[in-house]
Amino acid sequence: MSARDLGAAATKDQGAVKCGISMAASAPSLSPIVARPRSRWTGDYLFLIENLILKDIRVRYRNMSLGVLWSLLNPLVMMGVLWFVFTKIYDTQIPHFAVFALCGLVPYNVFTLSWLTGTTSLVESATLIKRVPVPREIIPISAVLSNCVHMSCQLVLLLLLVALTFGGVNRYWIFLPVVWFLEILFVVGLALISAGLNVYVRDVRYVVESANLVLFWLVPIFYPLSMIPMKFREIYRFNPVAALVLASQRILVEGVYPQTSLLLQLAASSILVCALGFVVFRKLRTGFYNYL
Amino acid sequence: MMPAAAIEFRGVWKGFHRHTGRLLLRSHVGNWISGRREVEKFYALKDLSFRMEHGESVAVIGANGAGKSTLLSLVAGLAPADAGGIAVNGRVAALLELGSGFHPDLTGAENVRLNAALLGIHRERMKEIYPAIVEFAEMGDFMDEPLRTYSAGMIMRLAFSVAVNVDPDILLIDEVLAVGDHAFQLKCFEKVFQFRQRGKTILCVSHVSSMVQQLCSRALWLDHGELMLDGSIAEVCGAYEGSSSVQG
Repeated sequence: MSARDLGAAATKDQGAVKCGISMAASAPSLSPIVARPRSRWTGDYLFLIENLILKDIRVRYRNMSLGVLWSLLNPLVMMGVLWFVFTKIYDTQIPHFAVFALCGLVPYNVFTLSWLTGTTSLVESATLIKRVPVPREIIPISAVLSNCVHMSCQLVLLLLLVALTFGGVNRYWIFLPVVWFLEILFVVGLALISAGLNVYVRDVRYVVESANLVLFWLVPIFYPLSMIPMKFREIYRFNPVAALVLASQRILVEGVYPQTSLLLQLAASSILVCALGFVVFRKLRTGFYNYL
Repeated sequence: MMPAAAIEFRGVWKGFHRHTGRLLLRSHVGNWISGRREVEKFYALKDLSFRMEHGESVAVIGANGAGKSTLLSLVAGLAPADAGGIAVNGRVAALLELGSGFHPDLTGAENVRLNAALLGIHRERMKEIYPAIVEFAEMGDFMDEPLRTYSAGMIMRLAFSVAVNVDPDILLIDEVLAVGDHAFQLKCFEKVFQFRQRGKTILCVSHVSSMVQQLCSRALWLDHGELMLDGSIAEVCGAYEGSSSVQG
């Protein structure tokens, strides 16, 4: 293949990519044609994720005089206000409405914050991505995970509140780790897609913010599923965030089994989105260097 | 058949789009409506071919914007080529920008762990090499202080110490030997020289021509993405300096 052919091919992206592949096939001495950014990194994934999470946590708390207390204070204030509004001002006829709302609100908060931090993570780590051949997937994944660690304070508070209100735990609590694990899978998948797109079009983060706002009202946080007309209920259950909130409410407030069908739908959609996230990210990451 | 090269480029092209509001939604919508698909591109590397054997040390010289850093990014696998073939055989460590991922609020010790993890060092190996890193950087008691209290020279020393402890087969260096005071520069240079003695492959970009001339035996001269000359270090440096003194 002459230099002129390559030059002609290089003027079009598509042609250029094909050219690279045909080159690999016709030149056996160049067998390890490594054009993908990931292949050179042979490091320790767990060690790296652990250090990235520790970095986020340390940076977050080191500059606060009260440290972790702030993470507890915030949800405590929120719980207090909710309790005041829904017991003293607005009577909903639903018993323990404040607890009910919190069982939806806390998982929803974990979801939205993780998604947003994950979305902006790649652009914020631009210098890192352009200078260190670290696998790019790690960046959004660790952003989501460190956010989950940070939000676990809220989850612990919620569990304490529920235990105090209803006098102890019930045996269906063992499903909570399953449900929350599925949520993390779902957010990781979503964040991989949105973070990758955000590199190409920086407006994506605002789309994510709007989507979160819409989601707030399309997830049964401040109204129970029974208020939703029958024809919409099935659609609700395919929304993993709604399914997550429903499962949390069933386990924590109603103290009943969260339904096999609900868990299966949640598992199916979470695993699907997570797998899709990795596939889409692989496609997107080839252009990161040029766009960051 | 020839044995596998350490680094081989065959007809490599690497271009970048011009960024003119291209990262915003409106430009995408605008292009979609007007049907305009072609984006202006400029090429940082044009049909570049060269081959480096294991154990060779090669310098890349050229004016600013000649494509030197792009070349190192391609070898490090940070960016894919647009066209052509790139083969790299061996573990690569890229000292492209020291201290990538360093955070001012973390202590020296925390930054070292994070940076090492990013560079691909495993947990067990980290335990082994940590004392060597601290010793080489001459940090001592400062390791538990936050990085923002360090001087620029101290940060660079720390970053260099982590990077040279990765123990690669192929070392890529981009202008990073000018680290710290004169004594430390000599120490860094000595460390890189040891790599060479141990038969490692070195590809470096530098303006410090006396250091480059001692370290490397061969040089590539790039000008606006094109390979002007590939030859012995004395020959290429002479030609390059001759051309720049004529122009300037």
